[in-house]
Amino acid sequence: MNNTNHNVEEDWDLVIVPQNNLFDLKLKEVWRYRDLLVLFVRRDIVSFYKQTILGPLWFFIQPIFTTIVYIFIFGRLAGISTDGLPQPLFYIAGITAWNYFADCLNKTSTVFRDNAAIFGKVYFPRIVMPLSIVLSNLLRFGIQMVLFLIIYLYYQFIGTPLTIDYHLLLFPVFVLFMAMQGLGLGMIVSALTTKYRDLIFLLTFGVQLLMYATTVIYPLSSLSGKLYFWISINPMTYIIEGIRRSLLGTGVFDLHTFFYALFSSSIILIFGLLIFNKVEKSFVDTI
Amino acid sequence: MAIAIKVENLSKAYQLGEFSTGTLSRDLERWWALARGKEDPFLIIGEANDRSKKGSSDIVWSLKDLNFQIEQGDAVGIIGKNGAGKSTLLKVLSQVTSPTSGIIKVKGRIASLLEVGTGFHPELTGRENIFLNGAILGMRKHEISRQFDQIVDFSGVERYIDTPVKRYSSGMYVRLAFAVAAHLESEILIVDEVLAVGDAEFQNKCIGKMGDINKGEGRTILFVSHNMASIQNLCKSAILMSKGQFLNHGNTNSIINEYLISLNSKSEALEDIKERKGNQDIFFLNGKVEGINTDDINSVETFSDFIVTLDYRLRENITIFNYRIDVGINNNLGDRVAWLSSNNINQNFDLFGESKLQFIVKNCPLSPGSYTCNIYAELNNTTADWLVNVLPFNVVEKDYYNTGRIVPPNQGNILLNYSMVEDAG
Repeated sequence: MNNTNHNVEEDWDLVIVPQNNLFDLKLKEVWRYRDLLVLFVRRDIVSFYKQTILGPLWFFIQPIFTTIVYIFIFGRLAGISTDGLPQPLFYIAGITAWNYFADCLNKTSTVFRDNAAIFGKVYFPRIVMPLSIVLSNLLRFGIQMVLFLIIYLYYQFIGTPLTIDYHLLLFPVFVLFMAMQGLGLGMIVSALTTKYRDLIFLLTFGVQLLMYATTVIYPLSSLSGKLYFWISINPMTYIIEGIRRSLLGTGVFDLHTFFYALFSSSIILIFGLLIFNKVEKSFVDTI
Repeated sequence: MAIAIKVENLSKAYQLGEFSTGTLSRDLERWWALARGKEDPFLIIGEANDRSKKGSSDIVWSLKDLNFQIEQGDAVGIIGKNGAGKSTLLKVLSQVTSPTSGIIKVKGRIASLLEVGTGFHPELTGRENIFLNGAILGMRKHEISRQFDQIVDFSGVERYIDTPVKRYSSGMYVRLAFAVAAHLESEILIVDEVLAVGDAEFQNKCIGKMGDINKGEGRTILFVSHNMASIQNLCKSAILMSKGQFLNHGNTNSIINEYLISLNSKSEALEDIKERKGNQDIFFLNGKVEGINTDDINSVETFSDFIVTLDYRLRENITIFNYRIDVGINNNLGDRVAWLSSNNINQNFDLFGESKLQFIVKNCPLSPGSYTCNIYAELNNTTADWLVNVLPFNVVEKDYYNTGRIVPPNQGNILLNYSMVEDAG
């Protein structure tokens, strides 16, 4: 909306019109609000553990217990393969990564509803809010990766053979893909839910179901035939596989899977940005 | 002078009613019409935004074809009844929602204060919230750091600055929040009815601060309030809105008068009012409050005489043992400021048929503002008729002391007739 109109007589700083250019992402404006982005991230992190006894330790408790439950149910009872890796290591890598994606998706998808009070009273580029969600979740993800590192070092120490190679360099790239997909999908859902709330109900268990359609608790290599095909269509599958490959040395990864992840993430993000951009201007009237 | 805000043909439509299953089919219909390059089928019929009448369409125009411009350094008050579109206008100007049609051109940065303390997080301390709130309002971090001490100083909550704001009293909360907003460095400041909260002392401080921002720093202010005194205090000019349209734009005092008269002109004849008590042995048909020196009905000059006239009808064949007629005068806060009663006067009038009674008041000592009356009739020790908040009238200021200066608003509820002498002793 920040068009600068260079007429001979009129030079306006701001022109407000009913329709936005869909492709105008107002990046300059977002940059001007970068301090707000940082403060939102800080608020999310700090307010998470204020007035708790364990404080930041809570960041670890959820993945630890989930991992224990998964080891028991999927590892011991169901006996699902972990690609030859120690079960704790296999599960915690998948869970931590998946949680990052799921948190981004869940929180972004209700961003309009959760922040209706602020959005209805003050203007700032709306995209700052989903971006702050992705960033604060990234911080949490980083903290939780410490837990992974501890378990990893333990297995190194007791002599479990773990391969680590140049694929590690791809780890940040896959995390970026995850962020793109979580943000993109979340923005699509958030835009649709401003008017129709149905999707929120769908999303809550949809994300849980999607986890089972992604290779979080089993490796892609354990599948075959039609099932392999359908699971690998899921854009998140190659990302989780890629993350395991970069950290633990197992998992399906080649140029084809890399580009599939790149393209699917980019398309989801671009589509999400466009639809978010369309809705943000007048959602206040409908939410 | 240069133009700060220029608004052309601005309109804003809202959809009434529920968004539900029906909305989807209409969205598809709308989308289909737009896709073929036709007009939006649900936006064609426009109706004025009158909330008390039921319209045929469920699209309502909250703003309709507004055209105006505001000069740099001006302080403009926006007044109008609830639902006149004031807040919608401010929301569109502050980009919280987008207009349905029209264009707004702005020179300079806009900061808007539609609510005090937007985005305050209860778990964060005052200090943390100053930064967060400032950033939400569009300040850069270094701008906030530079002004931090002034903000804390202005708010007067220094002692609690490292306490989570959830432990603040609501007054402290508002003080801190306004302090942040008052230190915004924008060329244009938009303020909605936010000062209603907070005590009188702080309200005055805020109005004073806004005056500094406007007069001292030459920044433009748009201010919505139902408190005419603060508008009068702060604004050079005012805009009167009604049903989404501009009625007038001009000098503050004349616009406020126009507004108060428009409020009163709607008042119905007393006999049509349904909300009344009593057995109606005496029934008020109509009434008026008239200043002796003013041409406008329902308006009284300070320190001049005025007359309250009550038209009544007495039920036929009633024996009168005793009666009384009272008129209570309330200010715009609903406080009783004066009382007139037939009971306190040693004169006996006969009541008969359809007739009228008048109270004559000398040297009206009420301070300028809008007032209403409660009227009460009692016959033979039984309530006959009782109406609340009727006969609205305004007291308008007069240069009583012939100095060209008037008693400022907020300086008391009554005027005293005084003079000064030098103490020769």
